[in-house]
Amino acid sequence: MSLTILNAVVAVVAAIAFAAANAAYLVWAERRGAGRIQRRPGPNVNGPLGLLQPPCDGIKLMTKQLMIPGGADKALFMVAPVLAMAPAIMSFVTIPFSETIVAHSMNVGVLMIFAFASLGGMSILLAGWGSRNKYGVMASVRAVSQNISYEVPMLITVITIVMMAGTMNLKELVAAQAGGIWNWNLIPSLSSPLMPVSFLIFFICSLAETNRAPFDLGEAESELVAGFHTEYGSMGFGLFFMGEYANIVIGASLITILFLGGWDCPLGLFPGVWWFLLKIYMLIFSFIWIRWTFPRTTIYGLLNLSWKILIPISLFNLLLTAGLLKVF
Amino acid sequence: MSGPIHIRKDETFTLNVGPQHPATHGVLRVKMEMDGEYIVKAETVLGYIHRMHELMGENRTYPQVLPNLSRLDYLGAMGYTHGHVLAIERAAGIEVPERAEYIRAIMVELNRISSHLFWFGAFVMDLGGFTPLMYAIQDREHILDLMEAVTGSRLTYCYFRFGGLYNDVDDDFINATRAVIPMLRKSLKKYDALVTGNIIFRKRLEDIGPISAEMCRKYGATGPVARGAGLDFDVRKNEPYSVYPEFDFDIPVYHECDSLARYKVRMDEMEQSLRIIEQGLDKLPDGPIMPKKKPKLIKPPVGDYYQAVETARGSFGIRIVSDGTKNAYRFKLRSPTYSNMSLFDEACEGMMIMDALAMMGSLDLVIPEIDR
Repeated sequence: MSLTILNAVVAVVAAIAFAAANAAYLVWAERRGAGRIQRRPGPNVNGPLGLLQPPCDGIKLMTKQLMIPGGADKALFMVAPVLAMAPAIMSFVTIPFSETIVAHSMNVGVLMIFAFASLGGMSILLAGWGSRNKYGVMASVRAVSQNISYEVPMLITVITIVMMAGTMNLKELVAAQAGGIWNWNLIPSLSSPLMPVSFLIFFICSLAETNRAPFDLGEAESELVAGFHTEYGSMGFGLFFMGEYANIVIGASLITILFLGGWDCPLGLFPGVWWFLLKIYMLIFSFIWIRWTFPRTTIYGLLNLSWKILIPISLFNLLLTAGLLKVF
Repeated sequence: MSGPIHIRKDETFTLNVGPQHPATHGVLRVKMEMDGEYIVKAETVLGYIHRMHELMGENRTYPQVLPNLSRLDYLGAMGYTHGHVLAIERAAGIEVPERAEYIRAIMVELNRISSHLFWFGAFVMDLGGFTPLMYAIQDREHILDLMEAVTGSRLTYCYFRFGGLYNDVDDDFINATRAVIPMLRKSLKKYDALVTGNIIFRKRLEDIGPISAEMCRKYGATGPVARGAGLDFDVRKNEPYSVYPEFDFDIPVYHECDSLARYKVRMDEMEQSLRIIEQGLDKLPDGPIMPKKKPKLIKPPVGDYYQAVETARGSFGIRIVSDGTKNAYRFKLRSPTYSNMSLFDEACEGMMIMDALAMMGSLDLVIPEIDR
């Protein structure tokens, strides 16, 4: 019994450490990447290659005064940042990094991650509403309608994959794709010829779900100042920031697990955790790349994209796959 | 997608965009009545950085006012001082050597390009794309370096003198300018590929923010805003001044009236300005840069003088009423952005806030020039 408790503690600590380290160093990576893209050095003063920038930022944020604006709903205002960070960390519990490295493998792993992802949308709503700022309220309304619209095509795509694999356990989902790139869900198979399209849909939805550019309407700084976190300073802002990056890691992990064969090597040799990490960081790099290349969409353009394009295509794919699974 | 389906005028809230807001690029305030994301009514509130340049023009001598003019518009300052010296030269009857006129035209056009480059970056940043701003600023840097070498300043130039120039250009400047032109052409092509062709960018601007020719006439909008509405008006062609009739260049006009049309006008104008600079460098005559005979004290005869020039933002007019003394009796500035901004209230009614702010970006606002 005590061993299981110890296991749980170790797992939770590892998950938090992984999430926090990623959040901190992805900020650095993003800023360095943005610098490269924009022909400027990026942070390079603190430590070699600016690697001490994240701890410096962390100290700065933690030592700043936490300001609560007058008229704000104090409880909601304080809860929102925590609610942004906590579900992201919780989601790490079910993610299998390799066959053995997984905190807790559950049969409803996919469902759990989506449940926690919805909680993340909740934190944005509370932050905007609780800070009693007009820009904040507008931003949170935008972000919530965005999250709701993009969960639909995302889940439909996931249902397609769950139908093919016959399981909702993330570990088994990866196991079903083992043995080389030709077994991955990304590659069209007889039973589901539209898989690359699904991958694209899922990729776009992950960008939208994590409020990343070009879908960062919740914090559209040229219109809504800083969006839902306009009134947040200090570590409140820091938690939102870390939550965002933790969510990016979750999004990249999900794409890797569902489409890119998890820890499987493209050639089917030497599967291991390094393949998983390589894949998620490549995906994260593409997220950064997209952010610094494209301008922002409009809110109606975003909703139209989801309801008029992504949902019909993903529904069609679901029906097609369901039919073909019966045939083959 | 621009019009709302149904606006509830009884359930609105007031949103203060500015005076400190990232989209206004300065201390401009727009009071907006909002129904959710839709703008029911907008009211521009000006005057946060009013510095009384017109009054200063009345209680200072004409040469003393000259540096004030470049404080109107910190991005395209050269054009404004050009207007002032042209007005005084006409009033006081001062002859300008040909070489000085050519150098003036080259400088004004260089400044126009640098202004448009910065606008391009800031506009794409308004739409959420950061990277083009960095590229544009780096290209603008080359132009600023060129101008700094000759004029001594990077933004607020006081390079023109009544009758000529402060300083002659040397071969270094001419060669460096010749080297910069092909580089800028290459950059403009790159911007076309990176930004103009981008689907998200086009979707955000096409058919968004219509400003018709009627509206331009009603509010006196000029410059790229009017030319994006199909009005073929450019002071350089319609009321030629300086040596502009000597140059072969086109006035880009687009008839779509949307934000994208205004964007395209400015992008094409940069190419036309490059053409003018090329021709100016080829035709640049030798000779003095200041006239031999010049009155020591500038006292224009009694009268009413007006001079319009085409700056980067539109038609800038300067009216000087002289009573024969060394100070102006009345010093009136007609700044283009003031007129361009005044149509915003009417144009943005019923638009969504993000489209309205994209339209505001396409007007190319420089706030000190509105609140002069």
